Amino acid sequence: MDITFSAEELAFRDQVRAFLSESWTEDLASRINGRSGDYKAAQIEWQNKLSAKGWLAPGWPVEHGGVDWSVTENFIFETERSLAGIPDVVPFGLKMVAPVIYDFGNDEQKKRFLPRILKNQDWWCQGYSEPGAGSDLAALKTKAELDGDDYIVTGAKIWTTYAQYSDWIFCLVRTDSSGKRQDGITFLLIDMSTPGVSVNKISSIDDHHSLNEVVFDNVRVPTANRIGEEGKGWTYAKALLAHERTSIAAVADSKRKLRELRDLLAQEVSGGRPLSEDTQFQNRLSNTEIELMALEYTELRVLASTADGKGPGVESSLLKIKGTEIQQGIQQMYMDLAGYYSGVIHGEDTAETIGHAFGHSARQAYMYGRAATIYGGSNEVQKNITAKYVLGL
Amino acid sequence: MNFNLSEEQNMLKDSVARFVRDEYDFDSRRANAASELGFNPANWQMFAELGWLSIPFDEAHGGFGGGATEVMAVMEEMGKGLVVEPFVATVLMFGGLLNKSGNAALQDANIEKIIDGSLQGSFAYLERQSRFELADVKTQAKRDGADFVLNGEKTVVSNGMAANKVVVSARTSGEQCDEAGITLFLIDTDAPGVERTSYRLMDGQLVANIKLTDVRVVGDHVLGDVDKGYTLIEAVVGDVIIALCAEAMGIMQKLNTTTIEYTKTRQQFGVAISSFQALQHRMVDMFMAGEQAKSILYRAVCAAESGAEDLPKNIAALKVMIGRNGKLIGDEAIQLHGGMGLTDELDVGHFVKRLMMINTTFGDADFQQKKFNRLTYSD
Ligand SMILES: Cc1cc2nc3c(=O)[nH]c(=O)nc-3n(C[C@H](O)[C@H](O)[C@H](O)COP(=O)(O)OP(=O)(O)OC[C@H]3O[C@@H](n4cnc5c(N)ncnc54)[C@H](O)[C@@H]3O)c2cc1C
Ligand SMILES: Cc1cc2nc3c(=O)[nH]c(=O)nc-3n(C[C@H](O)[C@H](O)[C@H](O)COP(=O)(O)OP(=O)(O)OC[C@H]3O[C@@H](n4cnc5c(N)ncnc54)[C@H](O)[C@@H]3O)c2cc1C
Repeated sequence: MDITFSAEELAFRDQVRAFLSESWTEDLASRINGRSGDYKAAQIEWQNKLSAKGWLAPGWPVEHGGVDWSVTENFIFETERSLAGIPDVVPFGLKMVAPVIYDFGNDEQKKRFLPRILKNQDWWCQGYSEPGAGSDLAALKTKAELDGDDYIVTGAKIWTTYAQYSDWIFCLVRTDSSGKRQDGITFLLIDMSTPGVSVNKISSIDDHHSLNEVVFDNVRVPTANRIGEEGKGWTYAKALLAHERTSIAAVADSKRKLRELRDLLAQEVSGGRPLSEDTQFQNRLSNTEIELMALEYTELRVLASTADGKGPGVESSLLKIKGTEIQQGIQQMYMDLAGYYSGVIHGEDTAETIGHAFGHSARQAYMYGRAATIYGGSNEVQKNITAKYVLGL
Repeated sequence: MNFNLSEEQNMLKDSVARFVRDEYDFDSRRANAASELGFNPANWQMFAELGWLSIPFDEAHGGFGGGATEVMAVMEEMGKGLVVEPFVATVLMFGGLLNKSGNAALQDANIEKIIDGSLQGSFAYLERQSRFELADVKTQAKRDGADFVLNGEKTVVSNGMAANKVVVSARTSGEQCDEAGITLFLIDTDAPGVERTSYRLMDGQLVANIKLTDVRVVGDHVLGDVDKGYTLIEAVVGDVIIALCAEAMGIMQKLNTTTIEYTKTRQQFGVAISSFQALQHRMVDMFMAGEQAKSILYRAVCAAESGAEDLPKNIAALKVMIGRNGKLIGDEAIQLHGGMGLTDELDVGHFVKRLMMINTTFGDADFQQKKFNRLTYSD
């Protein structure tokens, strides 16, 4: 048992810290985390800095612009980024479609799409879910029919995050309904500016526009935009899930938030005493902190096992469930700390005029945070998977 | 970074696992617990021959020189067998106090005997009123020339009947609940004025109340410094908590696999009950509780091995989680076994009782959470 980093790993950590502290500015933080009007521009500005450093897509193969980081180095980078309060890159292009393109796309597709993703020139979104296909994704119905060298796509995708910003969407579509459901699914890349594509806003309970419905009305998509073979889309999409594992537990992020929460609790008072002395709050804090202390080591166990070439062990199956439970627990505590102010809708008002600044963002985080146990395989579905594949039930 | 055991540590773990498999089926365990001493002396001799009794002691005293990792490896396997032999009481608690006492003469006189299996020991800390407060000590020790004279009563003393020698916490100064003013004395259980009453606990342990009436202890039978015994208690109790939690981890794993196996074979409504989602999700919760417990145990072991400054906080967190997750796993294991879970014949209830006793020992989850809060949020 040895949990220390090597001297090289520590040196790497210093390098990461130095880069992040000089590149991540207050201005970026307020525009990106505050979800201001120019969120997209700010996010691209940040990702351009990562791109210039060569650290935008560390997980990619080196030949396509990735970095040859070890599992541990990648972990260090993700941890430092989270501890500094820096959000992850937008995953749809960099972490979701790119791996499918470099693993299963043809040379033409690699040349056409990967460099643009690496330079933040295309914004991508993910078109998997449909009104009738959520957890049961294979029930998807959006139809693609061959017409010469094109597919004609008709149907609707839903919950498409940031479709309103997107240049491209990667979709799972149905090309065959005759056999096993999974076998009739094809992976298509669709240009959002193609005639027949429309995006409808879905307002969400966090008062922020991220969700959309994307409707396809006889949209013509060249077969050159098909990844791999027709009918193999399900296989490619499943392989992609393996890439999605990074920082799924959000341990470092939760550590930072818990620390900030403790600072706030020390500043806020109840009956003239700091809330940090309140035994109820202390117990809730420690319930979460103890789970997090354990989860941090669960993540290290997964990391050590992966670095050892053994692949993640059975314990990796709880990262998402426990990680999201902890996140939601912290969001709940922020809400309770804010009290009346958790209900305040801010607009352009400041803490000066209203009284406190944190209520609005606490609520947004809490409301949007409900999604963490729903997407990426809902926690119930995660339990089904664990029951079947880990416990053999 | 790695969480692997060394080759030597793995051999140790395997040897305990082999012993449990070959010598410790549930009927033997039941017989061992029911015997006169509360354990099987033949097993104890075997432990001595296998070298297990030497694990935490320095090589200078003929020991193995093991740390928290070795102890964890052994205790996890002992947990799976519900081993009742007093490894914790004699080797880790009593031996641990000697080990850290700084009293070379007492070490020389006793450690070798622990290692060869001829000396049974115990630590008598609890009193009727003290619950989980190790500093709540009424037993008095008064100086009388070069000696001390002890009066009072210690209760629920683990291995108290088999012990030849007992370390007793007694007050040499201060008020009843002060940490300062506690001194640790080594006494012989057959010394004049020592009177023992034995009874059993739900986990099969034979324990004793020890009444001390004018018990005379020579001045150099003090462990650590006079009035400063509390620091020594805290240090050794911390080590023992980690050991007990490793035992608990072994038990949790055992309960989880037993429950999974049972639900796969038990048929109701024409199918195995493992096919019901309501039960599957509960077994996933049990699994996650066990894995999280393992992670926080590793965390505490790493902190102990590296002498981390926040070791006490890690130990409190460990004890909280083992207590709570142990309860979840124990309750669910019984529930998923249906009526069978209520029977004394099945081992499940016995594993659960041991988990409950571990939760209580040295402060239950609520008590440890208060301690965690104090260590974490009061600075
Ligand atoms: C904020 C947000 C952003 C999203 N972004 C995208 C995106 O960019 N692109 C995209 O394609 N999709 C996106 N999604 C969709 C997401 O993938 C789906 O919400 C998810 O797959 C769940 O599907 P559903 O919403 O239809 O819920 P349903 O599948 O209808 O589930 C409803 C409830 O039933 C439970 N349930 C379902 N099946 C089972 C089962 N077998 N056993 C037990 N319980 C079950 C679920 O856990 C859930 O609690 C997003 C969702 C959210 C909330
Ligand atoms: C203390 C005690 C006293 C009793 N006294 C009597 C008595 O006097 N007379 C008498 O006739 N009986 C008596 N019983 C038996 C009692 O009625 C049964 O224990 C009960 O019906 C459950 O059956 P089982 O024990 O076979 O458990 P099982 O039916 O095997 O259940 C095992 C587990 O599977 C779960 N389970 C079973 N089916 C499903 C399902 N479809 N979906 C989800 N989960 C499921 C159960 O909830 C349980 O957790 C007694 C039981 C106990 C414990």
